[in-house]
Amino acid sequence: MATTDASGAGIVLSRLSKSYGNVHAVRSVDLAIAPGETVAILGPNGAGKTTTIEMVLGLTRPDSGTVTLFGKSPAQAVAAGAVGGMLQTGALVEYLTVRELITMVASVYPRPLPVEHAMRLAGVTEFAERHTNKLSGGQTQRVRFAIALVSNPDLFMLDEPTAAVDVEGRREFWTSIRAVAAEGKTVIFATHYLEEADDYADRIVLMARGRIVADGPATEIKAKVSGRIIRATIPVAGPADPAGPADTAALAALPGVTNAERHGEAVILTCANSDLTLRALLSRFPVARDIEVAGAGIEEAFMALTADDNNDELEEVR
Amino acid sequence: MTYPVYLRYEVLRNFRNWRFLFLTLAFPLVLYLLIGSVNRHVKFEGIAFPVYFMTAMATLGTMAAVISGCAIIASERATGWTRQMRITPLPARTYFRAKVVVGYLRALLTLVLLALAGTALGVRLPVHGWLTVLGLFLVGLIPFAVLGILLGHLIGADVAALATGGIVTLFALLGGVYGFQVATSGPVFQIIKALPSYWLVQAGKAALGGHDWPAEGWIVIAAWTVVLVPLAVRVYRRDTSRV
Repeated sequence: MATTDASGAGIVLSRLSKSYGNVHAVRSVDLAIAPGETVAILGPNGAGKTTTIEMVLGLTRPDSGTVTLFGKSPAQAVAAGAVGGMLQTGALVEYLTVRELITMVASVYPRPLPVEHAMRLAGVTEFAERHTNKLSGGQTQRVRFAIALVSNPDLFMLDEPTAAVDVEGRREFWTSIRAVAAEGKTVIFATHYLEEADDYADRIVLMARGRIVADGPATEIKAKVSGRIIRATIPVAGPADPAGPADTAALAALPGVTNAERHGEAVILTCANSDLTLRALLSRFPVARDIEVAGAGIEEAFMALTADDNNDELEEVR
Repeated sequence: MTYPVYLRYEVLRNFRNWRFLFLTLAFPLVLYLLIGSVNRHVKFEGIAFPVYFMTAMATLGTMAAVISGCAIIASERATGWTRQMRITPLPARTYFRAKVVVGYLRALLTLVLLALAGTALGVRLPVHGWLTVLGLFLVGLIPFAVLGILLGHLIGADVAALATGGIVTLFALLGGVYGFQVATSGPVFQIIKALPSYWLVQAGKAALGGHDWPAEGWIVIAAWTVVLVPLAVRVYRRDTSRV
C-alpha cells in the first residue's frame, strides 16, 4: 500500500531534511501517500512532525530533498487551492464573527463548501454570530476546523487538530474527518496519541528524532508500540526466594521483558508481552506484591523502537 | 479575480477596531483643532495659519494612517493568522491590495475630518485646490503604505508602533511638516527633496496655488515605490516561519 507512481499522483516526500542550527529536526524522510489515504504522523514532542508538515505546506523550506503534492510543488498546490488545514498554532483574526471569518476564508478558495455546511460539520453554528475573540479554546479549535473544511481541499493537513478539544468535541471532529475521508480526500494528521492514530488512520507513520521509525497499517504499528509496563514491589533477596536474588539482571531475564529497572524495592518492567512476563514473575518471585500492569506511554514505546538510534539522544529536536 | 469578499472583510475588521481607528484619526484632528483655533488669525509665511496647519496635520496624519498597517500586520503575524492564510490560495497581490486599501481608507477619513475641521476654522479653498491636494496625497502616500507592509513583515508586534511612530516623526521633520526646513539649499536640501514627505508638504502647499508637483516630485515618489514594492514582496514571500 501507500505507494504512488513517479508521476506523483499523491504526496511524495523524498529525502527531506531540515536543520535549525545544530538541531536536525527532520532527517532524510522518504514518504509516499496515495490520494484518499488517511495517515497519522505519530510521535512524541520533538519528533519532527510539525517541521515535516510545514515543509509539505511550503511554509518551511527544506535544506534538502523535495515535496510534491499531486504532482505539483507545495507552492503550486497551495495556489491551486488543493491544500487546507489546521496549523499547530494560530489564533483567529479579531473583529469578525465566526461566520464572517469562515466566509472570508471560503472566498479565497476556488471550490469552497457552502459556509453553512462547513459550520454545521465543525459544530460552530450555535456560536456563528459571536466575535472570534469571545470564544473558548475548544470553540476556537472548532472554528479553525471549520476553516479547513470550508476550504474543501484535496489534502487536509491537520497538526494536532484535537489539542484543547473536549471529549465530545473530539468525537464530532473525527466523525467529520471520516466523512471527508470517505469522499476521497487525503487526510494527514499529526498526533502524539496512539489511540487517535489507531482509531482514525488507515496508516500510521511513526516519527522519532526527525526520522520515520515505522510505517504501516494502523494495527501493525499499534502492536509494535503498545508495550506494557509492570510495576511491582519486590525485595531484592527475600528469605524464601527460590530463584535467587531478584536483582535487575534476573528481572531483565524474565520472558517478554525489554527493560528492567529497580528503585529500592520498586521494580519497573517494560514488556513486549506482559502476560508471559507476569506468569513468570509470579512463579519465580512469589514475594512480589502491589502488582500493576499498565499500557506503556508512547514515549516508552518510542524508546524501545528507537533504541538502536541512541548516538544522538542528547539532541533536542523541535 | 478581484476577491471582493476578502477585501470587504479586511476593511470591515480593520474599521471595527475602533480604538485603533480612533487613535489614528484623533491625534492629528485634536492637535489641529487645539493649535489651529488658538492661532486662527495668525499669518504664517504669508498664509493664514489654519490653512498652513491643516496641510501639515494632513501630511502627518495620513502618513501615520497608511504606515500603521505595519502594527496590524505585525500582530497578525504574532498570532499565527498570517501563516494560516499562507496555506490558502490568496495571491500576494490581493493581500497587498487589501492592506493598501485599508490604509488609504484610514488616510481618506483623516483628510475628510481635517478638511471639515479646517472649514470650521474658516479655511476656504477653491474646489480645484481641494482636488489637487487630494490627488497628490493619494499618490504621495504610496511609499508610506508599502513601507508599512514591508516593516510589518520584518519587525515584531512589540516594536511596530514605536518604529512607525519614529519613522513618521523623522520623515515629517525632514520633510518640513513642522513649519521649518532643516535646510533650504546645499546637499542636505537635495536629500530632503528626495524624501516623499517633502512632496506631501508641497502637495499641501499646492492646495493654495492649485499647482501640481514639478517632474522632480513625481520622480521621487515613483523611485521610492519602485524600490519598496519589490522589497516588500520579497520580505512577504520569505516570511512564512513561526514568529
